[in-house]
Amino acid sequence: MSKISNSSRVIVCDGNEAAALGVGLARPDVVAVYPITPQSSLVEYVSQMIADGRLQAELMNVEGEHSVMSALQGAALAGGRTYTATSGPGLAFMFEPYIRAPGLRLPMVASLVTRDLLTPQCVWGGQQDAMSVREAGWIQIYCETVQEVLDTIVMAYKIAEHHDVMLPVNVCHDGNYLSYGVSRVELPDQAEVDAFLGPRDVNWHVALDPARPMAVDPLTGGAGGGGPAMFVKYRKGLCNGMQNALRVISEVHAEWGERFGRFHAPLVEEYSLDGADYALVTIGSMTGAAKDAVDAAREAGEKVGLIKVKTFRPFPVEALSAAFAKVKAVGIVDRAVSFGWNSGPVYQESLGALYRTGRHIPAISFIGGLAGADITAEHFARIIETTAKAVTGAVPDGPVWVNENDQ
Amino acid sequence: MTAQAQTLTAKDFKSDIKPVWCPGCGDFSVLSAVTKALAELQLRPEKVAVVSGIGCSSRIPAYTNVYGFHGVHGRALATATGLKLARPDMTVVVTGGDGDGFSIGGNHFLHACRRNVDMTYIVMDNEVYGMTKGQASPTTDPDWCNSKLTPEGPGVTKLRPLNLALAAGANFVGRGFSGDPNEVARLIAEGIQHPGFSFIQVLSPCVTFRSEQRGWKDIVRKDTLKPRHTMAEAMQVLAEDDGFNTGILFAGDRPPFQPGQKAVTELAAIERRFAS
Ligand SMILES: Cc1ncc(C[n+]2csc(CCOP(=O)(O)OP(=O)(O)O)c2C)c(N)n1
Ligand code: SF4
Repeated sequence: MSKISNSSRVIVCDGNEAAALGVGLARPDVVAVYPITPQSSLVEYVSQMIADGRLQAELMNVEGEHSVMSALQGAALAGGRTYTATSGPGLAFMFEPYIRAPGLRLPMVASLVTRDLLTPQCVWGGQQDAMSVREAGWIQIYCETVQEVLDTIVMAYKIAEHHDVMLPVNVCHDGNYLSYGVSRVELPDQAEVDAFLGPRDVNWHVALDPARPMAVDPLTGGAGGGGPAMFVKYRKGLCNGMQNALRVISEVHAEWGERFGRFHAPLVEEYSLDGADYALVTIGSMTGAAKDAVDAAREAGEKVGLIKVKTFRPFPVEALSAAFAKVKAVGIVDRAVSFGWNSGPVYQESLGALYRTGRHIPAISFIGGLAGADITAEHFARIIETTAKAVTGAVPDGPVWVNENDQ
Repeated sequence: MTAQAQTLTAKDFKSDIKPVWCPGCGDFSVLSAVTKALAELQLRPEKVAVVSGIGCSSRIPAYTNVYGFHGVHGRALATATGLKLARPDMTVVVTGGDGDGFSIGGNHFLHACRRNVDMTYIVMDNEVYGMTKGQASPTTDPDWCNSKLTPEGPGVTKLRPLNLALAAGANFVGRGFSGDPNEVARLIAEGIQHPGFSFIQVLSPCVTFRSEQRGWKDIVRKDTLKPRHTMAEAMQVLAEDDGFNTGILFAGDRPPFQPGQKAVTELAAIERRFAS
């Protein structure tokens, strides 16, 4: 039985406001922003909460995303809880300081309101931005619903700050579909969120500590000397933190479910997989339409299920291969392109999980939803048809471009 | 077919794409002023490039009939510098907003001024980020409270673009008002003709997020800035300037950066001076 917290309130809002409300509940100390479509309203909501006194935080309205991430690193080094959000080109401009946060083991939280990348010029949704930084060392969690956006933001702080993790987290929600999509949302009670997050515990080894003054990240050692070994130590440490995160993300989601009555799949969600011959693999908000299409196909007698990837970094190899072991073919739908692999990135990485199953089942790469294009239930019906044929070995040559013939 | 090139009018420099700006946006007149200036100088469209960053104002290249590039937010000047160095025969005009030029691209503004490459930079200053729906920019007053991002005002000292341009070494500095497009066209034509880096701030109201800027027409003073030729004199004028004087503030004589020719270190000359 799901346990709905007595003191939670039901409201109606879009994904950007939900993210802002989650941020408010997590009580960061410093927020830095530079506006960009489709993130702008999110940071405006946060700013309004600060202005109204609902959130006691410092807001820095700085001159670009490079400064945003640099300023927040300063705050995080001083032991502050931080927040920002960005999209597409903003993330690209942020990249230089962005890639240092994981190595510094700074437990920051930032929303990526995902947007397709230029060129051609584009201000619409897509996941190319987030997918392009999948090797940066940030944890990446993709949300399906507006409620999940709010809940995941709060959980992200607990995951990031966990002593076995100590890594920055990107909570990704699809630009346009989730950023502006309005839905019913349960807003948890502040005291209960405080109890969930627990007492503030700044343990990060690089935080400015008056008892241990230190210069952080100096250029020390040299080739062939202590340098490379120290470098490997840090790289390995980061990899271990990522692997630990698989467990911590699951534990934190379970605790969230216990406390608030909403059990979100932490790594991978299996939907309608019992008795399925084949499955779709989805990520993000497209999953809603995909589930509808799966339900309709099931009613028509098709043995189709769905596997949703929620956590993409760390990559949930075990959870995915366990799901893949149940089916004979998969159709993997991406909202981004992996250039050079002629496929989508979720597809390309899923091949690694398939290898783990020890079975070579047919897998098709579908690429859709680029530059804000809609992947409708009809599109998914066609995706299901194509994947069904793969069970008997009919696999298209190269990726299927879902919106290629849209008018 | 005559061998003689025909006389071009402003219309010949406009593309047939309809601008998507809000009705009443100041940028319409700036577009007209740019095309007027190009026609007045009788430049050939294939010899002109308009480079921009990102913002409402940065949409200008698509609305002209010359070469155009809609670049990266804040990087128009860097891109334009590369273009000019590769094709010194082109007339290069750079357009954008106060956010693009002074916020995210502020660094390039300083270096473009000091590098003094021969091009003309037009900033449509509306003291706001129009495209992202009304946030404070570096030229916004610290107590402007109408942005959702800074409901209590940005609270930060406002940047003075003309002072910066001058201090950083721009060779031509002027200010216009979009309500007077003929004057803006004159400034642009002068800026293009003046060797080196020319900077023109155009007060260009954002009627959607700063509707009070419609009142600028009653405050702006026409042609009160007269060209000074030394930095000291121009600085003195700026010391008294409230931001609403228009005209040419400064026309210097610093030789522009010459492509293919390294900046000459006059070491030999200095040595000679010490030896004598
Ligand atoms: C790296 C990056 N960050 C943020 C944005 C979002 N953005 C687009 S235009 C703009 C500001 C535009 O303001 P301004 O240059 O003053 O031009 P205006 O729209 O007012 O003409 C911003 C923040 C972006 N495109 N790229
Ligand atoms: S938002 Fe402002 S700057 Fe942009 S087109 Fe409209 S009036 Fe012009």
